[in-house]
Amino acid sequence: MPIQEINGTRIWQKRSNQERIVSAILWLITLSIIAWCWSIISAQTEWSFVKDAPKQGADLINRMFPPKWSYLDGKLLKAVWDTMTIATLGTVLGLLLATPVAFFAARNTTPHPVFRYIALFIIVATRSIHSLVWALLLVFALGPGVFAGVIAIGVRSIGFIAKLLYEAIEEINPKQSEAITATGASAAQVLTYGVIPQIMPTFAGLSVFRWDINIRESTVIGLVGAGGIGQALIDSINAFKWSQASIIFIIIFILVLISEWVSAKARNAII
Amino acid sequence: MAQTNNMLEIKNLEKRYKTGDLALSNVTISVPKGEVIALIGPSGAGKSTLIRCVNRLIDPTAGQIILNGEDITKLGGRSLRKARRKMGMIFQEYALVERLSVMENVLSGRLGYVGFWASLMRRYPQSDIDEAFRLLSRVGIDHFADKRADALSGGQRQRVGIARALIQGPDIMLVDEPTASLDPKTARQIMRLIIELAKENNVAAIINIHDVALAKMFVSRIIGLQLGEIVFDGTPDELDEDMLTTIYGEEDWEETIQKVEDEDEEES
Repeated sequence: MPIQEINGTRIWQKRSNQERIVSAILWLITLSIIAWCWSIISAQTEWSFVKDAPKQGADLINRMFPPKWSYLDGKLLKAVWDTMTIATLGTVLGLLLATPVAFFAARNTTPHPVFRYIALFIIVATRSIHSLVWALLLVFALGPGVFAGVIAIGVRSIGFIAKLLYEAIEEINPKQSEAITATGASAAQVLTYGVIPQIMPTFAGLSVFRWDINIRESTVIGLVGAGGIGQALIDSINAFKWSQASIIFIIIFILVLISEWVSAKARNAII
Repeated sequence: MAQTNNMLEIKNLEKRYKTGDLALSNVTISVPKGEVIALIGPSGAGKSTLIRCVNRLIDPTAGQIILNGEDITKLGGRSLRKARRKMGMIFQEYALVERLSVMENVLSGRLGYVGFWASLMRRYPQSDIDEAFRLLSRVGIDHFADKRADALSGGQRQRVGIARALIQGPDIMLVDEPTASLDPKTARQIMRLIIELAKENNVAAIINIHDVALAKMFVSRIIGLQLGEIVFDGTPDELDEDMLTTIYGEEDWEETIQKVEDEDEEES
């Protein structure tokens, strides 16, 4: 009871004494679990390796410098171009596949609850598998290269886009679509006039946001052979050519910077 | 089905919601061609439900709605959409598609007449576009045709809403609290505009309205709804203090009636 009356004065406290004891016990349990976990991790760690880490790290950075600028040739720029292509086409593919899924998943536009559950399953399934795993599977199925990368990025994007889009569809102002229905419009016309204009800002924002994420994801999927700059990175690391790897890190950094800048600009323009 | 001269016949209409609440019970109204009716009553009396039953945005549970001799409670799919074309609706919060232009909003009133692809590509017949421009200039906002709907003020938006309803070429306008979101002056202008346009185009109208004084000012027939039943159907003069008490409950109604008489003098 947060409000108590003692000697005619009404005392207010956020928690009662009983609640305070429960809260203290819960804190104690939480802290004990963390300590216990830490002891297990500690027992499994080779501490001599960790002690050596600063020296190893310094050595690695040493080998990266100076970056081998001659490595930055037409072939590497082609890989950068491939990475951009994978991200962009993958995003377009993701949008094309995710849009119908979103309309099936939204309660107010789904044709039937069965479609809704199928759509929700697609959303969860595509989201729960990382694009690196998708790429790994697709390189097996389709062979190495940019095509596998585009599909991997596209499929991975479905869940993200469809989930946020269907939430936007469920949050539209129903009055606007009601007014369109009242004119005698068909269901398809209600969708194109009453619903889609309302979700356009979300759709545009999502596209740019996902493209920004996909630029970053597409730099790594080359690690498993799905094309782009990640391929060059894994080749350099496998050959212990750290001065080449440093060039690639610089390029990835610049790519991410550019995509951040573009998506920030685009989002401002939409709002 | 008895053939009558009335454009719209609502017969023994009943609406019971799934929760068991009876929103409308035994509502019977005859609307001759071109007659404008104000529908008054407290919040929750079923005014909104009634006009939404007429164009089947809500399905009534019993009774008939006969529009030009056709019982529309039996219709579905394409034939229902065809019936809806003859009923223009005007909303309290305007219900314009905010991100579309004024012109697109007005033209959306023709959606029942144009095919899907034509409407998607915004390829409306020139006759529709001519009519849209005529209506926009009639309601006084033709210079806003290319503006986005959300850039307009409340009164301007409601003018777009009126144009959208009229471009359908309706036999009746279903008007749901057209002035409740507007300031008193704009409210009067909008009410006057709706009444004028109904007369010009010989279109009937059912206007849900909270403001009794405004209703008495503008229409010649008032229907009072209370707890889903019609308790009054008559002229503004017949709507006296006792009647208002029956509809809304005990309150000092002197001012409401007085005000209308003052304003009538001003008007004339």
